[in-house]
Amino acid sequence: MSDTIQELYGRKGRNITDRDAQEITRVEELAYDLKISDVMTRDVKSLTPADTMRAVVALLRQNRISGAPVMEENSLVGVISQEDLMRALADDDRDAPIHKYMTRNVITVKSYEPVVKALETFARTRVGRLPVVDENENLVGMITKGDITRGVLTAIRRDYQEEEIRRYRASHLFEDIISDRTSLILRYKIKQGDFVNGGQASSHIKRALLRLGAPPQLARQCGIAVYEAEMNLIIHSTNGGVLRVQVEPHRILMQTSDDGPGIPDVKQALTPGWSTASPLARSMGFGAGMGLVNIQRCVDKMELDSTVGKGTKLLMEIHLRPDEKFKAPPGASETPSV
Amino acid sequence: MTLQDIIAGLNLKVLTSLRNFNAVTPQGGYASDLLSCVVAGAQPGNLWITLQAHMNVVAVASLREVSAVIITENAQPGPEVVEKANDQGVVLLSTERPSYEIVGKLWEMGVR
Ligand SMILES: Nc1ncnc2c1ncn2[C@@H]1O[C@H](COP(=O)(O)OP(=O)(O)O)[C@@H](O)[C@H]1O
Ligand SMILES: [Mg+2]
Repeated sequence: MSDTIQELYGRKGRNITDRDAQEITRVEELAYDLKISDVMTRDVKSLTPADTMRAVVALLRQNRISGAPVMEENSLVGVISQEDLMRALADDDRDAPIHKYMTRNVITVKSYEPVVKALETFARTRVGRLPVVDENENLVGMITKGDITRGVLTAIRRDYQEEEIRRYRASHLFEDIISDRTSLILRYKIKQGDFVNGGQASSHIKRALLRLGAPPQLARQCGIAVYEAEMNLIIHSTNGGVLRVQVEPHRILMQTSDDGPGIPDVKQALTPGWSTASPLARSMGFGAGMGLVNIQRCVDKMELDSTVGKGTKLLMEIHLRPDEKFKAPPGASETPSV
Repeated sequence: MTLQDIIAGLNLKVLTSLRNFNAVTPQGGYASDLLSCVVAGAQPGNLWITLQAHMNVVAVASLREVSAVIITENAQPGPEVVEKANDQGVVLLSTERPSYEIVGKLWEMGVR
């Protein structure tokens, strides 16, 4: 399969750089992500079995195509290609009906299958064009290698542009807005016992930081700290709580707060392995008693402040090293970091 | 050793949607059912071997950027878990074998 793609893009024999490798991977991924219906030609030129070989000449020439499906009362009964036409011309048989020369054993692909299916079929059968049928075997389009190349290029351009624009806008936030103290605040309400959505907020925060131009390692550290803090609200709080992240050019402040039950012995809570997680939470793999320890490893400063009956506040702070400051992604801007 | 080789070699079932597993080369692995340990111990690109199969597995897998999760002893994630994994680009694989055996085989195959 990767052979087919290499063939298609002519990369064989070239030294492949990291960037190329990334692109190849994306192309290969697209071969699985894109459906045949996303890239096929829908405007199909077809003929009927009773049409003559002359009609084939005219159709292929006018539309600059190398073959066409043959349809009888809405069903696909064959394909007629340049090779079939050559045979008719060699016999000097232009007025013969198409059914005399057409190929009846039609190989088709399904519109809902991934593009890689069509690539495999091209490689296996060596045909250049395939009729595309839907789940009811109705002809809905035609696909060639050219259609696939075009579809893949369009998709690459599209996701590249979308992510670039998002990253460009986000990464310029701190440069474009001039103030004595610029900060971006992200706030999430976390529900008690909501295991199903647990980790959602931290995943959003990690992505936001990456878009803001944060180095991946920094985004990962924040992701871990926020994940553990988020899960503690879900597992240990009475009524859930609030997660707040404040992104500034030189530091990131992360904070959770809830209104109970509070921690009787904060020092004990910070001991590795100490956990009061419920049996249900433990059965799901929570309650290792390592959450707060994990947070401490990831942040420069952590403060746990709790009063029984009133609630818990957890403050986490990461100072950005000079090489960690938010920068625009390469190529997005001429102006250096904030 | 690509993820495709591992899937074939261990006869794993692919629960999430098909991707080009030839393009993924897992770097080592981490085995635990305790999520905070995985958060602390798993490295990006690792395989994660666990018998947990609930929603938060996807969150942790995506947080740690593991190359795939191998769910052992036939633990079955619900359809909403698989859907979430597909959304987040997390690969879920499954086997009826226990974690101990899978880890041993992976080690033998040279995934270290
Ligand atoms: N928001 C909170 N409210 C009440 N108790 C908490 C809170 N966060 C943490 N704790 C207490 O601190 C303990 C240790 O937390 P942590 O290190 O995250 O481990 P785990 O969550 O696995 O128990 C918890 O078991 C709990 O007793
Ligand atoms: Mg915890």
